[in-house]
Amino acid sequence: MMAQDKKDINRRHFLRDSLWGACLAGLGGTAGLLAGRGRKQHTVWQIDPYTCVACGNCATYCVLEESAVKCVHAYAVCGYCRICFGFFGPEPSDINEGAENQVCPTGAIKRTFVEDPYYEYTIDESLCNGCGKCIKGCNAFGNGSLFLQVRHDRCLNCNECSIAAACPSGAYKRVPADKPYLLKRVDRA
Amino acid sequence: MIRLGYIIISTVVLLSTYSGASGAERFPPPDFESGYTIPSPTVPNPRQSPYEYVDCVVLLAALAASSYLVLKKRSRRAIFILMVFSLIYFGFWRRGCVCSIGAIQNVTLSLFDSDYTVPIVVVAFFVLPLASTLFFGRTFCAAVCPLGAVQDLVTLWPVSVPNWLERGLRLFAYVYLAAAVLFAATGSAFVICRYDPFVSFFRLSGNFNILVLGGCFLIVGMFVGRPYCRFFCPYGVILRQLSRISKWRVTITPDQCVQCRLCEDSCPFDAIREPAADWSAPEHDKAKKRLALLLILLPLLALSGGWAGSRLKKVTSRVHATVRLAERIYLEDTGKVEGTTDASSAFRATGKETEELYAEASSIQDRFGLGGWLFGGFVGLMTALKLIRVSVSRQRPDYEADRASCVACGRCFEYCPKEHARVEKTREVIGKT
Repeated sequence: MMAQDKKDINRRHFLRDSLWGACLAGLGGTAGLLAGRGRKQHTVWQIDPYTCVACGNCATYCVLEESAVKCVHAYAVCGYCRICFGFFGPEPSDINEGAENQVCPTGAIKRTFVEDPYYEYTIDESLCNGCGKCIKGCNAFGNGSLFLQVRHDRCLNCNECSIAAACPSGAYKRVPADKPYLLKRVDRA
Repeated sequence: MIRLGYIIISTVVLLSTYSGASGAERFPPPDFESGYTIPSPTVPNPRQSPYEYVDCVVLLAALAASSYLVLKKRSRRAIFILMVFSLIYFGFWRRGCVCSIGAIQNVTLSLFDSDYTVPIVVVAFFVLPLASTLFFGRTFCAAVCPLGAVQDLVTLWPVSVPNWLERGLRLFAYVYLAAAVLFAATGSAFVICRYDPFVSFFRLSGNFNILVLGGCFLIVGMFVGRPYCRFFCPYGVILRQLSRISKWRVTITPDQCVQCRLCEDSCPFDAIREPAADWSAPEHDKAKKRLALLLILLPLLALSGGWAGSRLKKVTSRVHATVRLAERIYLEDTGKVEGTTDASSAFRATGKETEELYAEASSIQDRFGLGGWLFGGFVGLMTALKLIRVSVSRQRPDYEADRASCVACGRCFEYCPKEHARVEKTREVIGKT
């Protein structure tokens, strides 16, 4: 009886030990497989400006109180227009910097005179809320030099970006952390 | 000359493709005469990068420390301090992301989608706690996981949950794990992250509904110990199974159990099992019959679960944005709904064929059909196995911490009189030296 018991226990121990070994080997295998083909780099979220439709979700869906998405200006693409539709909106009542003429709800775009007839437009990121209103205007009537980007000094890099989940055009991508921006350029294509 | 012509032609071609891709270059950039230089946009670097490897090292150190404190030092106070540290570091400082629970989804996605490669840090967060559990039991849950820590802190007046209810509620966690894997594998969503109840607290901002959900969990957690860990945590499901075969584990007493029953009610998570004798002969017979029935039921449950899961593909596949979009486009094209959504107008602006979209959506739906079989089959199988476990007798001579349910919080240690004797002895030894 005793011997039988012992044998039983031994068998059980053997089973348990081999299961244990199998689990450990499985874990090691999975880790090796993933690490072997995995990019050694962290990825971050970014908006493809050529897919973005400036729907306005970026301003509201970010987990941060103030969205990590801001408007970025590719100056090299800009036409430095006197009447900028990213600044004024489609039918401005007057061509001056008055708040009533601006399309930006927070007044984050600064318009400065450069030389006749060119004006420079700069984004004050501390005011920008990433709503994309200016981008719609610029894309529709201008060169499209304004576009939205995830600003990585603010982004928490959530595992699943809340804005990406709400993005209607699939513009959100995971990009390698050493090339974290997808900027508009003239020499693209 | 030919070369020059080639350059001119290619420039024209390039320019025309460019204007097609970006809208239009309606106004050429001006030539400034005033010496104005065109600035370039700033590109602030990601702030995460220096921390990735620090996180791994801290995780490994915390796992080692937790295992040492639980198994060797046996000090609830030290475990508590480590737990608070983890809550502050992984929770409030690192904002609860990336966590081991969410890493399940990254690992799954990378196994199914060859375009997605999982970062090495996420692999470490997934594998290290599992490996540690194989050796030391669930010491990760005890003092490393920030989600466990925040619930452990609010466990103030825990009530005992009846065994049948606990087992029943725990099925949620299996369903949740299966759903998380299904949605991650199909590239639809990371549901664990989306419905993580505590991450909003760690960030001190976030979706209002999720904040409310987290609040509810914490309020319930005052009376029911660690409700998320016990009934919802999908990572916990894996940890439970590994903990069953761990090399070392939590023992309530450091010595021989004297069956004083003092530890009986000490566990707020109902993980202490009373001594149990073998069943009586009639009970045994009854259980044997039940077991035979359940063994027949097992494949039946698994199959019917799988069938039900695959039937659900119409509903589950809607979690995928492409399927949602295809349905919307179909409704708009057939005139069943008025107007457009942001997604449908964005799709139409791309000029892609609707047929292409439908084909893509239906292939995703097919994947959900197959995934549904696995999802439902897994849930059915787990339900059957749970029923079987009830029908198997377990002999237990002493009071023991349940290998699977014990989260190694160390609360029971000080209830054991033998533990007091041990502490007394160590004090004497220290006093003498």
